[in-house]
Amino acid sequence: MSVDKEVIKKIARLANLYYKEDELDTSARELNQILTYVEKLSKLDTGGINPTFQVSPIENIYRDDIVGKSLDLEHVMSNAPEKEGKFFTVPKIID
Amino acid sequence: MVYETVIGLEVHAQLLTNTKIFCSCSAKFGQTENSQVCPICLGMPGVLPVLNKKVVEFSIKTGLALNCKIQPVMHFDRKNYFYPDLPKGYQISQFDFPLAKAGVIELRSGKKIGITRVHMEEDAGKLVHPEALENAEFSLVDLNRAGVPLMEIVSEPDMRSPAEAKEYLELLRNTLRYIEVCDGNMEEGSFRCDANVSIREYGSTVLGTKVELKNMNSFRNVELALEYEIERQKKVLSEGGRINQETRLWNVDKCITISMRSKEESHDYRYFPEPDLVPFTPAMDWIKEISMTLPELPLIREKRFVSQYNIPLNDAQTFINEKELADYFEECVKLCNQPRVVSNWILNELLAKLKEKNISIKECPIKPVNFKEMIELMDKGVISGKIAKTVFGEMFQSSSSSASAIVERMGLTQIVNTDEIGAIVDSVIAQQAEVVTSYKNGKEKALGFLVGEVMKISKGKANPKIVNELLLKKLKGI
Repeated sequence: MSVDKEVIKKIARLANLYYKEDELDTSARELNQILTYVEKLSKLDTGGINPTFQVSPIENIYRDDIVGKSLDLEHVMSNAPEKEGKFFTVPKIID
Repeated sequence: MVYETVIGLEVHAQLLTNTKIFCSCSAKFGQTENSQVCPICLGMPGVLPVLNKKVVEFSIKTGLALNCKIQPVMHFDRKNYFYPDLPKGYQISQFDFPLAKAGVIELRSGKKIGITRVHMEEDAGKLVHPEALENAEFSLVDLNRAGVPLMEIVSEPDMRSPAEAKEYLELLRNTLRYIEVCDGNMEEGSFRCDANVSIREYGSTVLGTKVELKNMNSFRNVELALEYEIERQKKVLSEGGRINQETRLWNVDKCITISMRSKEESHDYRYFPEPDLVPFTPAMDWIKEISMTLPELPLIREKRFVSQYNIPLNDAQTFINEKELADYFEECVKLCNQPRVVSNWILNELLAKLKEKNISIKECPIKPVNFKEMIELMDKGVISGKIAKTVFGEMFQSSSSSASAIVERMGLTQIVNTDEIGAIVDSVIAQQAEVVTSYKNGKEKALGFLVGEVMKISKGKANPKIVNELLLKKLKGI
């Protein structure tokens, strides 16, 4: 599998990243190198091996359904670049 | 060409937990904007989500109620997309390893609708576009709902008509309400439904191109939207066109579906395993424990109502559609053992009164024990059916009063004294000479009028049977 500039553009758009034209070339080249390496790994026989989603052996970590303290509005809004009363504001969204 | 409709439904049900799915913020609805948020549900960097055990319990309960296989291992995944109501830039959901698979809901016809999967996920926040700010260049974001637990329940494309889809939805909602995991309120959005619909030539085994329908906030709208969309697709195909795979929104005012502008890659969610949450392997003992808490499910209860109480299916359906109403009915029946009488009083009198006052059965002022006493008073002949309605209305007004107290206070005891009734009958015969004559001339209907007059004078208290007997006897003697 190899990726070209169009694929990079699409992935970038999905990830909200902005690339300059020459960066697209660099990225495509570098990603292809990574994919070539992954292809090598794909040749290994992994039948009978469970997928590794987690590297730690722990499982079943739950919390009880008990209400804790939420943040004060002042703290909630302290990092917001734009706000209006008790709301965050974002550029107008049309459904 | 004869077409066949194929429908599959996706339901998002909000779980009735106290807290959100991955943090301890309250999940309560309708609170002050952005008052129930913390670094986890705000999507701050470096925080760790921890799964709410109740969410898993409720979801397992749902899986069991829908005859699903609870999966031995489950994982969470990140569903990546950008939208201002999603602070993290991804939604934590389940993709490859959901909680439950392969269930079934049986319709009243006996037809089985497959459940593909049940999985857990977090809700997004709420975007507000205030009308007062119509010309504003911004939208407002309230993140109280971000992280509220949802269950997604996906059906197989097994439904063949809008009516089947509606029945499936009603049964599903009733089930969730019976097992007390979701309040099932479609208008408030705690039970939301999207539909996938396509048509194909009858007899074909290949699925047609499907259209996803959104924005239907009542059972009726789901049915209407599906009906409209099926007709639209038939028209397109019969004119030689083809169906676009797209998302369409139901417009409730115009009663049409409208294509939603969507980017071609909008469905490219690039799922990958959520590294911040460990795998979950619900213990068999726990699942068994949860299964012990399952109540009698709605359709089973409905069938039992019909067979055990001998009431019409329609009446049973009305009762089971609201669990508390079914409970109320059963409680009254347990006390007085007259299911048909109780059923008729609830359906003909009580529901209208509740509606008039705009209150739910949970707030019903008439306690089952008072209901039962009223029926007893009727049985004993202390009050007539007509007077019972007055008593019923009084009990509804003042919840503390018992039926007998009302009868006594208002002097409603039935008159069974033949002398007393006889005197009224005599006076009516004397007053209504013309009617009496037409009765004598063979107009039998006139009797009803005379009975009515006697009842009127006695203020409804005269025993109708005695009134009838005395009138017939005395008219004969004239």
